[in-house]
Amino acid sequence: MIKTYRRPVTGAWWQHNPFYRWYMLRELSCVFITAYALILLVGLYRLTQGAQAFEGWTAALGAPVALAFHAVALVLVIYHSWTWFKVMPKTLPFVPVPDRGIVALGVSATLIASVVLWILVL
Amino acid sequence: MTRKIQLECLRYNPETDAEPVYRTYEVPFTDDMSVLQGLQYIKDHLDGSLTFRWSCRMAICGSCGAMLNGEPSLSCENFLRDYYPGPLRVEPLNNFPIMRDLAIDQSDFLRKLESVKPWLMPAADPGKEPHRQTPAQLADYYQYSQCINCLLCYAACPQYGLNESFTGPAALALLHRYNADSRDGGAGERMKLVNAEEGVWGCTLVSYCSEVCPKGVDPARAVNQNKVNSTKDYFLRFLAR
Amino acid sequence: MDPRPLKRSNKPIFWSLFGAGGMLAALIGPALIFITGFAAPLHYVDVSYERVHAFAAHGLGKIVIVAVIGLFLFHGLHRMYHGVHDFGIHVGPAMKAAFHGVALAGTLIAAALVLALR
Repeated sequence: MIKTYRRPVTGAWWQHNPFYRWYMLRELSCVFITAYALILLVGLYRLTQGAQAFEGWTAALGAPVALAFHAVALVLVIYHSWTWFKVMPKTLPFVPVPDRGIVALGVSATLIASVVLWILVL
Repeated sequence: MTRKIQLECLRYNPETDAEPVYRTYEVPFTDDMSVLQGLQYIKDHLDGSLTFRWSCRMAICGSCGAMLNGEPSLSCENFLRDYYPGPLRVEPLNNFPIMRDLAIDQSDFLRKLESVKPWLMPAADPGKEPHRQTPAQLADYYQYSQCINCLLCYAACPQYGLNESFTGPAALALLHRYNADSRDGGAGERMKLVNAEEGVWGCTLVSYCSEVCPKGVDPARAVNQNKVNSTKDYFLRFLAR
Repeated sequence: MDPRPLKRSNKPIFWSLFGAGGMLAALIGPALIFITGFAAPLHYVDVSYERVHAFAAHGLGKIVIVAVIGLFLFHGLHRMYHGVHDFGIHVGPAMKAAFHGVALAGTLIAAALVLALR
Protein backbone atom coordinates (compact mmCIF):
# COMPACT_ATOMS: atom_id res chain seq x y z
CA MET A 1 0.00 0.00 0.00
CA ILE A 2 1.35 3.39 -0.95
CA LYS A 3 1.44 5.93 1.83
CA THR A 4 -0.68 8.58 0.10
CA TYR A 5 -0.58 12.19 1.28
CA ARG A 6 -3.81 14.06 1.92
CA ARG A 7 -3.53 17.84 1.68
CA PRO A 8 -5.73 19.31 4.42
CA VAL A 9 -8.83 21.27 3.36
CA THR A 10 -9.35 24.19 5.72
CA GLY A 11 -12.13 26.74 6.04
CA ALA A 12 -9.92 29.10 4.01
CA TRP A 13 -10.25 27.12 0.76
CA TRP A 14 -12.22 29.91 -0.90
CA GLN A 15 -9.59 32.60 -0.45
CA HIS A 16 -7.26 31.38 -3.17
CA ASN A 17 -9.42 31.64 -6.25
CA PRO A 18 -11.53 34.59 -7.51
CA PHE A 19 -14.33 32.23 -8.60
CA TYR A 20 -14.66 30.96 -5.07
CA ARG A 21 -14.54 34.47 -3.59
CA TRP A 22 -17.49 35.58 -5.73
CA TYR A 23 -19.35 32.45 -4.62
CA MET A 24 -18.79 33.35 -0.96
CA LEU A 25 -19.99 36.91 -1.63
CA ARG A 26 -23.16 35.46 -3.11
CA GLU A 27 -23.61 33.31 -0.03
CA LEU A 28 -22.91 36.30 2.24
CA SER A 29 -25.93 38.10 0.79
CA CYS A 30 -28.12 35.75 2.83
CA VAL A 31 -26.91 37.26 6.12
CA PHE A 32 -28.23 40.64 5.03
CA ILE A 33 -31.47 39.19 3.70
CA THR A 34 -32.03 37.49 7.06
CA ALA A 35 -31.21 40.67 8.98
CA TYR A 36 -33.53 42.67 6.73
CA ALA A 37 -36.40 40.24 7.32
CA LEU A 38 -35.82 40.58 11.07
CA ILE A 39 -35.88 44.38 10.76
CA LEU A 40 -39.25 44.07 9.00
CA LEU A 41 -40.43 41.76 11.78
CA VAL A 42 -39.50 44.38 14.37
CA GLY A 43 -41.37 46.96 12.29
CA LEU A 44 -44.42 44.72 12.27
CA TYR A 45 -44.21 44.39 16.03
CA ARG A 46 -43.95 48.17 16.44
CA LEU A 47 -46.98 48.49 14.17
CA THR A 48 -49.05 46.41 16.57
CA GLN A 49 -47.92 48.61 19.43
CA GLY A 50 -49.45 51.75 17.95
CA ALA A 51 -48.63 54.93 16.06
CA GLN A 52 -45.92 56.24 18.32
CA ALA A 53 -44.01 52.95 18.44
CA PHE A 54 -44.24 52.54 14.66
CA GLU A 55 -43.11 56.07 13.99
CA GLY A 56 -40.15 55.39 16.26
CA TRP A 57 -39.21 52.47 14.02
CA THR A 58 -39.40 54.53 10.81
CA ALA A 59 -37.36 57.31 12.48
CA ALA A 60 -34.69 54.78 13.50
CA LEU A 61 -34.41 53.72 9.85
CA GLY A 62 -33.06 57.20 9.18
CA ALA A 63 -30.06 56.80 11.48
CA PRO A 64 -26.67 56.69 9.70
CA VAL A 65 -25.98 53.10 10.80
CA ALA A 66 -29.38 52.01 9.44
CA LEU A 67 -28.77 53.76 6.13
CA ALA A 68 -25.33 52.17 5.89
CA PHE A 69 -26.76 48.72 6.60
CA HIS A 70 -29.44 49.12 3.97
CA ALA A 71 -26.91 50.40 1.44
CA VAL A 72 -24.83 47.24 1.84
CA ALA A 73 -27.97 45.10 1.90
CA LEU A 74 -29.21 46.71 -1.31
CA VAL A 75 -25.95 46.02 -3.15
CA LEU A 76 -25.88 42.43 -1.93
CA VAL A 77 -29.54 41.69 -2.70
CA ILE A 78 -29.02 43.01 -6.23
CA TYR A 79 -26.02 40.67 -6.48
CA HIS A 80 -28.21 37.87 -5.11
CA SER A 81 -30.84 38.65 -7.71
CA TRP A 82 -28.31 38.63 -10.57
CA THR A 83 -26.61 35.40 -9.49
CA TRP A 84 -29.99 33.78 -8.79
CA PHE A 85 -31.12 34.25 -12.37
CA LYS A 86 -27.68 33.33 -13.76
CA VAL A 87 -27.89 29.98 -11.99
CA MET A 88 -31.59 29.34 -12.48
CA PRO A 89 -31.27 27.80 -15.97
CA LYS A 90 -29.23 24.96 -14.46
CA THR A 91 -32.01 24.07 -12.05
CA LEU A 92 -34.95 24.23 -14.42
CA PRO A 93 -36.04 21.06 -16.13
CA PHE A 94 -35.79 21.37 -19.87
CA VAL A 95 -37.45 24.48 -21.26
CA PRO A 96 -37.08 25.43 -24.94
CA VAL A 97 -35.44 28.75 -24.07
CA PRO A 98 -31.67 29.31 -24.16
CA ASP A 99 -29.97 30.11 -20.85
CA ARG A 100 -29.45 33.76 -21.81
CA GLY A 101 -33.20 34.02 -22.39
CA ILE A 102 -34.00 32.76 -18.92
CA VAL A 103 -31.57 35.22 -17.36
CA ALA A 104 -33.09 38.04 -19.41
CA LEU A 105 -36.60 37.01 -18.37
CA GLY A 106 -35.59 36.98 -14.72
CA VAL A 107 -33.89 40.36 -14.81
CA SER A 108 -36.84 41.86 -16.73
CA ALA A 109 -39.28 40.42 -14.21
CA THR A 110 -37.29 42.04 -11.41
CA LEU A 111 -37.26 45.41 -13.16
CA ILE A 112 -40.99 45.24 -13.84
CA ALA A 113 -41.75 44.11 -10.28
CA SER A 114 -39.63 46.96 -8.94
CA VAL A 115 -41.48 49.55 -11.02
CA VAL A 116 -44.85 48.11 -10.02
CA LEU A 117 -43.91 48.07 -6.34
CA TRP A 118 -42.65 51.65 -6.52
CA ILE A 119 -45.87 52.83 -8.16
CA LEU A 120 -47.93 51.00 -5.54
CA VAL A 121 -46.23 52.74 -2.63
CA LEU A 122 -46.03 56.20 -4.10
CA MET B 1 13.14 32.07 -30.53
CA THR B 2 13.20 29.97 -27.37
CA ARG B 3 12.12 31.54 -24.11
CA LYS B 4 12.40 29.99 -20.65
CA ILE B 5 9.77 29.53 -17.98
CA GLN B 6 10.04 28.26 -14.42
CA LEU B 7 7.80 25.36 -13.45
CA GLU B 8 7.33 24.93 -9.68
CA CYS B 9 6.30 21.33 -9.33
CA LEU B 10 4.98 19.61 -6.25
CA ARG B 11 7.11 16.58 -5.49
CA TYR B 12 6.16 13.78 -3.15
CA ASN B 13 7.83 10.40 -2.85
CA PRO B 14 5.80 8.15 -0.53
CA GLU B 15 8.85 6.05 0.25
CA THR B 16 11.05 8.88 1.45
CA ASP B 17 8.95 11.99 2.14
CA ALA B 18 6.83 12.87 5.16
CA GLU B 19 5.21 15.66 3.16
CA PRO B 20 5.35 17.25 -0.29
CA VAL B 21 7.94 19.84 -1.30
CA TYR B 22 8.23 22.10 -4.32
CA ARG B 23 11.05 21.92 -6.87
CA THR B 24 11.57 24.53 -9.54
CA TYR B 25 12.70 23.61 -13.03
CA GLU B 26 13.66 25.99 -15.81
CA VAL B 27 12.08 24.85 -19.06
CA PRO B 28 12.97 26.30 -22.48
CA PHE B 29 9.86 26.42 -24.62
CA THR B 30 8.47 27.36 -27.99
CA ASP B 31 5.01 28.78 -28.47
CA ASP B 32 3.50 25.48 -29.57
CA MET B 33 4.46 23.60 -26.38
CA SER B 34 1.82 22.48 -23.93
CA VAL B 35 2.36 22.29 -20.18
CA LEU B 36 2.44 18.50 -20.64
CA GLN B 37 5.34 18.89 -23.02
CA GLY B 38 7.03 21.07 -20.41
CA LEU B 39 6.66 18.26 -17.87
CA GLN B 40 8.01 15.79 -20.41
CA TYR B 41 11.01 18.07 -20.99
CA ILE B 42 11.70 18.01 -17.25
CA LYS B 43 11.44 14.25 -17.15
CA ASP B 44 13.59 13.76 -20.24
CA HIS B 45 16.32 16.30 -19.50
CA LEU B 46 16.22 17.62 -15.94
CA ASP B 47 14.75 15.12 -13.48
CA GLY B 48 13.75 11.65 -14.59
CA SER B 49 11.98 10.97 -11.31
CA LEU B 50 9.12 13.41 -11.97
CA THR B 51 5.94 11.33 -12.11
CA PHE B 52 2.76 12.34 -13.93
CA ARG B 53 -0.02 10.69 -15.91
CA TRP B 54 -0.64 11.37 -19.58
CA SER B 55 -1.69 9.56 -22.72
CA CYS B 56 -3.53 11.03 -25.69
CA ARG B 57 -2.13 14.59 -25.66
CA MET B 58 -5.47 15.78 -27.07
CA ALA B 59 -7.96 16.19 -24.19
CA ILE B 60 -9.85 12.95 -24.71
CA CYS B 61 -8.26 10.41 -22.37
CA GLY B 62 -8.65 12.43 -19.17
CA SER B 63 -5.26 11.38 -17.72
CA CYS B 64 -3.29 14.62 -17.44
CA GLY B 65 -5.35 16.69 -14.99
CA ALA B 66 -3.36 18.98 -12.67
CA MET B 67 -3.68 22.26 -10.77
CA LEU B 68 -2.03 24.94 -12.93
CA ASN B 69 -1.60 28.08 -10.81
CA GLY B 70 -4.39 26.81 -8.62
CA GLU B 71 -6.87 26.07 -11.41
CA PRO B 72 -7.89 22.52 -12.33
CA SER B 73 -6.70 22.06 -15.93
CA LEU B 74 -5.62 19.47 -18.48
CA SER B 75 -1.89 19.94 -18.96
CA CYS B 76 -2.09 18.78 -22.60
CA GLU B 77 -4.43 21.57 -23.68
CA ASN B 78 -2.85 24.46 -21.81
CA PHE B 79 0.19 26.16 -23.25
CA LEU B 80 3.38 27.37 -21.61
CA ARG B 81 3.24 30.60 -23.61
CA ASP B 82 0.06 31.57 -21.72
CA TYR B 83 1.81 31.32 -18.35
CA TYR B 84 4.90 33.25 -19.42
CA PRO B 85 6.80 34.86 -17.70
CA GLY B 86 5.71 32.51 -14.92
CA PRO B 87 6.56 30.88 -12.59
CA LEU B 88 3.88 28.28 -13.26
CA ARG B 89 2.89 26.26 -10.22
CA VAL B 90 2.02 22.66 -11.11
CA GLU B 91 0.32 20.57 -8.43
CA PRO B 92 -1.72 17.38 -8.37
CA LEU B 93 -5.51 17.74 -8.54
CA ASN B 94 -7.04 19.06 -5.31
CA ASN B 95 -9.24 16.93 -3.07
CA PHE B 96 -7.54 13.63 -3.86
CA PRO B 97 -4.81 11.83 -1.92
CA ILE B 98 -1.43 12.17 -3.62
CA MET B 99 0.21 8.90 -4.58
CA ARG B 100 3.39 10.34 -6.00
CA ASP B 101 4.31 13.78 -7.40
CA LEU B 102 1.43 14.74 -9.70
CA ALA B 103 -0.31 11.35 -9.66
CA ILE B 104 -3.39 11.14 -7.44
CA ASP B 105 -5.36 8.23 -6.04
CA GLN B 106 -8.66 8.13 -7.94
CA SER B 107 -10.11 5.15 -6.04
CA ASP B 108 -12.82 7.19 -4.36
CA PHE B 109 -14.06 8.44 -7.72
CA LEU B 110 -14.12 4.90 -9.11
CA ARG B 111 -16.29 3.82 -6.18
CA LYS B 112 -18.61 6.79 -6.75
CA LEU B 113 -18.82 5.95 -10.44
CA GLU B 114 -19.79 2.38 -9.72
CA SER B 115 -22.42 3.54 -7.25
CA VAL B 116 -24.44 5.44 -9.89
CA LYS B 117 -24.87 2.29 -12.04
CA PRO B 118 -23.42 3.91 -15.16
CA TRP B 119 -24.80 1.39 -17.66
CA LEU B 120 -27.90 1.11 -19.75
CA MET B 121 -30.77 -0.69 -18.04
CA PRO B 122 -33.06 -1.07 -21.06
CA ALA B 123 -36.59 0.16 -20.54
CA ALA B 124 -37.93 -2.34 -23.01
CA ASP B 125 -36.44 -5.28 -24.85
CA PRO B 126 -36.27 -4.25 -28.52
CA GLY B 127 -36.10 -7.91 -29.52
CA LYS B 128 -34.17 -8.37 -32.75
CA GLU B 129 -34.38 -4.67 -33.60
CA PRO B 130 -31.69 -2.23 -32.53
CA HIS B 131 -32.65 0.46 -30.01
CA ARG B 132 -33.90 3.40 -32.04
CA GLN B 133 -33.35 6.97 -31.00
CA THR B 134 -34.18 10.24 -32.69
CA PRO B 135 -31.66 13.10 -32.85
CA ALA B 136 -33.81 14.98 -30.34
CA GLN B 137 -33.63 12.05 -27.92
CA LEU B 138 -29.88 11.94 -28.37
CA ALA B 139 -29.66 15.66 -27.67
CA ASP B 140 -31.33 15.09 -24.28
CA TYR B 141 -28.25 13.36 -22.88
CA TYR B 142 -25.45 13.91 -25.38
CA GLN B 143 -23.47 16.57 -23.49
CA TYR B 144 -23.41 14.40 -20.34
CA SER B 145 -22.00 11.49 -22.33
CA GLN B 146 -18.93 13.56 -23.20
CA CYS B 147 -17.36 13.10 -19.76
CA ILE B 148 -13.77 11.83 -19.97
CA ASN B 149 -13.46 11.18 -16.23
CA CYS B 150 -10.59 13.65 -15.97
CA LEU B 151 -11.62 14.63 -12.41
CA LEU B 152 -11.07 18.38 -12.89
CA CYS B 153 -14.62 18.86 -11.56
CA TYR B 154 -13.80 17.01 -8.33
CA ALA B 155 -10.74 19.19 -7.86
CA ALA B 156 -12.97 22.21 -8.44
CA CYS B 157 -15.79 21.18 -6.12
CA PRO B 158 -15.40 22.63 -2.61
CA GLN B 159 -18.26 20.48 -1.32
CA TYR B 160 -16.32 17.36 -2.30
CA GLY B 161 -13.24 18.88 -0.71
CA LEU B 162 -15.08 19.51 2.55
CA ASN B 163 -16.94 16.20 2.59
CA GLU B 164 -15.60 13.20 0.73
CA SER B 165 -18.85 11.28 1.00
CA PHE B 166 -20.44 13.58 -1.63
CA THR B 167 -20.92 11.59 -4.84
CA GLY B 168 -19.58 14.52 -6.81
CA PRO B 169 -20.06 16.22 -10.18
CA ALA B 170 -18.85 13.68 -12.78
CA ALA B 171 -20.54 10.66 -11.20
CA LEU B 172 -23.83 12.55 -10.87
CA ALA B 173 -23.53 13.85 -14.43
CA LEU B 174 -23.09 10.27 -15.63
CA LEU B 175 -26.04 9.19 -13.52
CA HIS B 176 -28.09 11.82 -15.30
CA ARG B 177 -26.66 10.74 -18.66
CA TYR B 178 -28.32 7.36 -18.23
CA ASN B 179 -31.53 8.64 -16.67
CA ALA B 180 -31.95 11.04 -19.58
CA ASP B 181 -31.30 8.37 -22.21
CA SER B 182 -34.58 7.31 -23.82
CA ARG B 183 -33.36 3.71 -24.01
CA ASP B 184 -32.82 3.52 -20.25
CA GLY B 185 -35.38 2.44 -17.66
CA GLY B 186 -33.16 2.53 -14.57
CA ALA B 187 -34.02 5.96 -13.11
CA GLY B 188 -36.01 4.33 -10.33
CA GLU B 189 -33.02 2.30 -9.23
CA ARG B 190 -30.78 5.33 -9.25
CA MET B 191 -33.22 7.52 -7.27
CA LYS B 192 -32.09 6.15 -3.94
CA LEU B 193 -28.66 7.67 -4.48
CA VAL B 194 -30.06 10.88 -5.98
CA ASN B 195 -32.30 11.44 -2.95
CA ALA B 196 -29.57 10.94 -0.37
CA GLU B 197 -27.51 13.67 1.26
CA GLU B 198 -24.53 12.16 -0.57
CA GLY B 199 -26.46 12.48 -3.81
CA VAL B 200 -27.61 15.75 -5.30
CA TRP B 201 -28.21 17.40 -1.94
CA GLY B 202 -24.52 17.78 -1.24
CA CYS B 203 -24.33 20.39 -4.00
CA THR B 204 -24.62 24.13 -3.28
CA LEU B 205 -24.35 25.25 -6.92
CA VAL B 206 -20.89 26.73 -6.72
CA SER B 207 -20.74 25.56 -10.36
CA TYR B 208 -16.98 25.83 -10.63
CA CYS B 209 -17.19 22.23 -11.88
CA SER B 210 -18.95 23.35 -15.05
CA GLU B 211 -16.50 26.21 -15.40
CA VAL B 212 -13.45 23.92 -15.49
CA CYS B 213 -14.90 20.99 -17.44
CA PRO B 214 -12.84 20.62 -20.65
CA LYS B 215 -15.66 18.85 -22.53
CA GLY B 216 -18.66 21.09 -21.83
CA VAL B 217 -20.48 18.42 -19.83
CA ASP B 218 -21.94 21.02 -17.42
CA PRO B 219 -22.17 18.72 -14.38
CA ALA B 220 -23.72 21.54 -12.33
CA ARG B 221 -26.74 21.37 -14.60
CA ALA B 222 -26.95 17.57 -14.37
CA VAL B 223 -26.88 17.68 -10.57
CA ASN B 224 -29.38 20.50 -10.22
CA GLN B 225 -31.93 19.14 -12.68
CA ASN B 226 -32.08 16.24 -10.31
CA LYS B 227 -32.78 18.44 -7.30
CA VAL B 228 -36.15 19.12 -8.92
CA ASN B 229 -36.62 15.41 -9.69
CA SER B 230 -35.67 14.51 -6.14
CA THR B 231 -38.08 17.09 -4.73
CA LYS B 232 -40.91 15.76 -6.90
CA ASP B 233 -40.05 12.25 -5.76
CA TYR B 234 -40.07 13.38 -2.13
CA PHE B 235 -43.50 15.02 -2.22
CA LEU B 236 -45.26 12.82 -4.75
CA ARG B 237 -44.06 9.41 -3.56
CA PHE B 238 -47.25 8.86 -1.60
CA LEU B 239 -49.33 9.32 -4.73
CA ALA B 240 -47.41 7.21 -7.23
CA ARG B 241 -48.32 3.76 -5.95
CA MET C 1 -19.55 -2.10 -3.77
CA ASP C 2 -19.96 0.35 -0.94
CA PRO C 3 -22.37 -1.14 1.61
CA ARG C 4 -23.15 2.20 3.30
CA PRO C 5 -26.94 2.43 3.66
CA LEU C 6 -28.40 5.44 1.84
CA LYS C 7 -30.92 7.52 3.71
CA ARG C 8 -33.44 9.72 1.95
CA SER C 9 -32.55 13.31 2.73
CA ASN C 10 -35.31 15.68 3.83
CA LYS C 11 -33.54 18.53 2.06
CA PRO C 12 -36.43 18.90 -0.45
CA ILE C 13 -38.56 20.58 2.22
CA PHE C 14 -35.95 23.18 3.10
CA TRP C 15 -34.78 23.57 -0.47
CA SER C 16 -38.30 24.35 -1.65
CA LEU C 17 -38.65 27.04 1.03
CA PHE C 18 -35.15 28.29 0.25
CA GLY C 19 -36.05 28.44 -3.43
CA ALA C 20 -39.33 30.24 -2.91
CA GLY C 21 -37.64 32.76 -0.63
CA GLY C 22 -34.75 33.20 -3.02
CA MET C 23 -37.07 33.83 -5.96
CA LEU C 24 -39.10 36.34 -3.95
CA ALA C 25 -35.96 38.08 -2.73
CA ALA C 26 -34.59 38.18 -6.26
CA LEU C 27 -37.77 39.69 -7.70
CA ILE C 28 -38.76 42.22 -5.03
CA GLY C 29 -35.78 42.35 -2.65
CA PRO C 30 -34.03 45.27 -4.33
CA ALA C 31 -37.18 47.41 -4.59
CA LEU C 32 -38.31 46.55 -1.09
CA ILE C 33 -34.96 47.37 0.52
CA PHE C 34 -34.82 50.62 -1.42
CA ILE C 35 -38.32 51.55 -0.29
CA THR C 36 -38.06 50.71 3.40
CA GLY C 37 -34.36 51.44 3.73
CA PHE C 38 -34.19 54.75 1.90
CA ALA C 39 -37.46 56.03 0.43
CA ALA C 40 -39.34 55.71 3.71
CA PRO C 41 -36.88 57.29 6.18
CA LEU C 42 -35.96 60.00 3.64
CA HIS C 43 -39.68 60.71 3.08
CA TYR C 44 -39.88 59.96 -0.64
CA VAL C 45 -42.92 57.82 0.16
CA ASP C 46 -45.63 58.06 2.79
CA VAL C 47 -45.15 55.41 5.45
CA SER C 48 -47.39 56.96 8.04
CA TYR C 49 -48.81 54.66 10.67
CA GLU C 50 -52.32 55.04 9.20
CA ARG C 51 -51.28 53.99 5.73
CA VAL C 52 -49.17 51.00 6.77
CA HIS C 53 -51.74 49.91 9.34
CA ALA C 54 -54.47 49.96 6.68
CA PHE C 55 -52.33 47.70 4.50
CA ALA C 56 -51.54 45.28 7.31
CA ALA C 57 -55.14 45.11 8.47
CA HIS C 58 -56.27 44.01 5.03
CA GLY C 59 -56.38 40.23 4.45
CA LEU C 60 -54.11 40.42 1.41
CA GLY C 61 -51.68 42.66 3.26
CA LYS C 62 -51.42 40.11 6.04
CA ILE C 63 -50.55 37.35 3.59
CA VAL C 64 -47.94 39.50 1.84
CA ILE C 65 -46.27 40.50 5.11
CA VAL C 66 -46.05 36.94 6.46
CA ALA C 67 -44.90 35.62 3.07
CA VAL C 68 -42.13 38.18 2.71
CA ILE C 69 -40.82 37.86 6.27
CA GLY C 70 -41.21 34.08 6.40
CA LEU C 71 -39.77 33.25 3.00
CA PHE C 72 -36.87 35.72 3.32
CA LEU C 73 -36.02 34.09 6.67
CA PHE C 74 -36.20 30.55 5.33
CA HIS C 75 -34.05 31.52 2.37
CA GLY C 76 -31.47 33.43 4.37
CA LEU C 77 -31.15 31.00 7.26
CA HIS C 78 -30.94 27.91 5.06
CA ARG C 79 -28.12 29.50 3.11
CA MET C 80 -26.45 30.64 6.34
CA TYR C 81 -26.59 27.06 7.62
CA HIS C 82 -24.75 25.96 4.46
CA GLY C 83 -22.44 28.93 4.79
CA VAL C 84 -21.28 27.77 8.20
CA HIS C 85 -20.44 24.42 6.64
CA ASP C 86 -18.61 26.21 3.81
CA PHE C 87 -16.34 27.81 6.39
CA GLY C 88 -15.26 24.33 7.40
CA ILE C 89 -17.28 24.26 10.61
CA HIS C 90 -19.05 20.98 11.22
CA VAL C 91 -22.82 21.34 11.17
CA GLY C 92 -24.93 18.65 12.80
CA PRO C 93 -28.66 18.15 13.38
CA ALA C 94 -28.61 20.65 16.27
CA MET C 95 -27.33 23.47 14.05
CA LYS C 96 -29.82 22.52 11.36
CA ALA C 97 -32.67 22.68 13.87
CA ALA C 98 -31.39 26.00 15.25
CA PHE C 99 -31.14 27.79 11.90
CA HIS C 100 -34.43 26.54 10.53
CA GLY C 101 -36.05 26.89 13.94
CA VAL C 102 -35.32 30.61 13.93
CA ALA C 103 -36.90 30.86 10.48
CA LEU C 104 -39.98 28.99 11.65
CA ALA C 105 -40.21 31.07 14.83
CA GLY C 106 -39.93 34.30 12.85
CA THR C 107 -42.67 33.16 10.48
CA LEU C 108 -44.99 32.16 13.32
CA ILE C 109 -44.36 35.41 15.19
CA ALA C 110 -45.13 37.39 12.03
CA ALA C 111 -48.33 35.40 11.56
CA ALA C 112 -49.37 35.95 15.17
CA LEU C 113 -48.68 39.68 14.93
CA VAL C 114 -50.65 40.22 11.72
CA LEU C 115 -53.55 38.25 13.15
CA ALA C 116 -53.49 40.50 16.22
CA LEU C 117 -53.85 43.58 14.02
CA ARG C 118 -57.39 44.84 13.68
